[in-house]
Amino acid sequence: MGYPQKPHPKETVVLSEYFGDPEAKTFKGWVKRGGYEALTQALAMDPAAVTEEVKASGLRGRGGAGFPTGLKWTFMPKEKKGPHYLCVNADESEPGTFKDREIMRWTPHALLEGTAIAAHAIRAEVAYIYIRGEFTEPWTVMTRALAEANAAKVFGGITIHLHRGAGAYICGEETALMNSIEGKRGNPRIKPPFPAVAGVFGQPTTINNVETLAAVPHIIKRGSAWYKSLCLSSPKSTGTKLFSVCGQVQKPGNVEVTMGFPLKDVIYEMCGGMRPGRTLKACIPGGSSVPILTREETERCLLDYEGVAEAGSLLGSGGVIVFDDSADMVYQIMRLARFYAHESCAQCTQCREGTAWTTKILERILAGKGQTKDLDLLLDLSDNMTGKTICVLSDSCATPVISGIKKFRSEFEAYITGQRRPVLVA
Amino acid sequence: MSAYPVPVEPYQPVFVGALKEQLDAVIARYPAKQGALLPALWMVQEARGWISDEAMAEVADLLDTTPAQVKGVVTFYTMYHQHPVGKNFVQVCTTSCCNLCGAEDVVKALLAETGARELGATSPDGKWTVIEVECLGACGFPTPILVNDDFIESVTPERVPELVRKYR
Repeated sequence: MGYPQKPHPKETVVLSEYFGDPEAKTFKGWVKRGGYEALTQALAMDPAAVTEEVKASGLRGRGGAGFPTGLKWTFMPKEKKGPHYLCVNADESEPGTFKDREIMRWTPHALLEGTAIAAHAIRAEVAYIYIRGEFTEPWTVMTRALAEANAAKVFGGITIHLHRGAGAYICGEETALMNSIEGKRGNPRIKPPFPAVAGVFGQPTTINNVETLAAVPHIIKRGSAWYKSLCLSSPKSTGTKLFSVCGQVQKPGNVEVTMGFPLKDVIYEMCGGMRPGRTLKACIPGGSSVPILTREETERCLLDYEGVAEAGSLLGSGGVIVFDDSADMVYQIMRLARFYAHESCAQCTQCREGTAWTTKILERILAGKGQTKDLDLLLDLSDNMTGKTICVLSDSCATPVISGIKKFRSEFEAYITGQRRPVLVA
Repeated sequence: MSAYPVPVEPYQPVFVGALKEQLDAVIARYPAKQGALLPALWMVQEARGWISDEAMAEVADLLDTTPAQVKGVVTFYTMYHQHPVGKNFVQVCTTSCCNLCGAEDVVKALLAETGARELGATSPDGKWTVIEVECLGACGFPTPILVNDDFIESVTPERVPELVRKYR
């Protein structure tokens, strides 16, 4: 964890090594810790060689989709006809996730260094780091770090700009983020064209997550073979990953573990387990958009892309939300649906109407006015919201509803049959 | 005599002098002027506390776009204020993870202690506006709140009176 307590012995500390160390935030402090050596090394390499190294490391995107990073970089045009752009997604807004915030707060130069290396690899002159509007502290830290690094002229011919969002979850979607940089409403775009063909300002663009880029300097410096060796289970998932653990655990916080680490050890050992007298009921392992796991599924889940899928969910952004036996799953799923209803950009009918009606039906059930057929109605609605829209916000709303009804049906029924007292929904 | 009330003061542009220079520097970061729209709106809000229709028209003019485009953007992003708010603007996360840890009680305590009483309303002394927001990205530190630009972690109902005193 690195802060406020020492890392747990079972953690593999790579990205979080300097969390809690104020000196590491400064340019001098970062250089003293070996910072910017990887950038110097990368700038002396051919861009294609940098991409190859990252490709060989097995690094996959840490924002949620898990797409191989090096492969993504190779999608950029081989022949450069105009400007190339790099966008950095620091719009961390997925409920349950708070890792990028810590990377920016404690190790801003790790992100700047990774950004510059990636920009070199894709032959971009300009990189925009899109930081969500609510992240006032990371914004201040990043602004200071960028000014220091610019003064030291470490970026070669690459220019990095910070761009502040203004409160919109959907801007974490890559094409919505690009519209937002262009000064437009954050509406996701229809793909194709994909960003590598026509991204921000219509030019070839690559977009990467903060945690992905923060890992890049380590790969350049220590080699792809080292990174690839960090693997406990599936060879398709390599390296370390930050997991943000929150909800009903004793010690919430970020833990960094090698891919393939057991989820139960993260919850019970590193995060102090449940509060006294409480037991684990459910867990959302990858941010609010992924299926909910039951206790049994959680306890056998291994934390890598394949392991979490096998347990019945997705690794996503690594936001682990823990529910104990006191949690009201119906109420919590309603809160999630309300989140998506609030954040829908309203372009697609299925999402605009679906997220709103899902919320209304769940509120009705909680108020004791639900009917048995409401559960089928919710599932039917969710089916219509899955795979039918421009982006996956709609699917993200349907996911907890579908898995919630499937796995905790009796809690819904208790409200419908009057066994559970209605809840006043504000 | 006009049948309509005459505005008390004519609109004073935001982007003059140093602020205009700052805006020009921001515009230079983007290949198209409209790229500077979000930063420009932040500058307006910092200078005036909120973004009026006149300010939107001024920004549209400076960035070669239309007031309608600008209004579309202002209304899309929840952090831009389309009307004046209290001196202390408080945003409380009440989404799942914080909700599990008692965020709704923090909201109640804030509404009572500040005198704002209702979400989105401003307290009679003009000092406080409290709103609920979706995830602030600090789920491990429930409940996080933003008071203007100050990010405060681990707020409990018990801590609220002290916090309110500090900002009052």
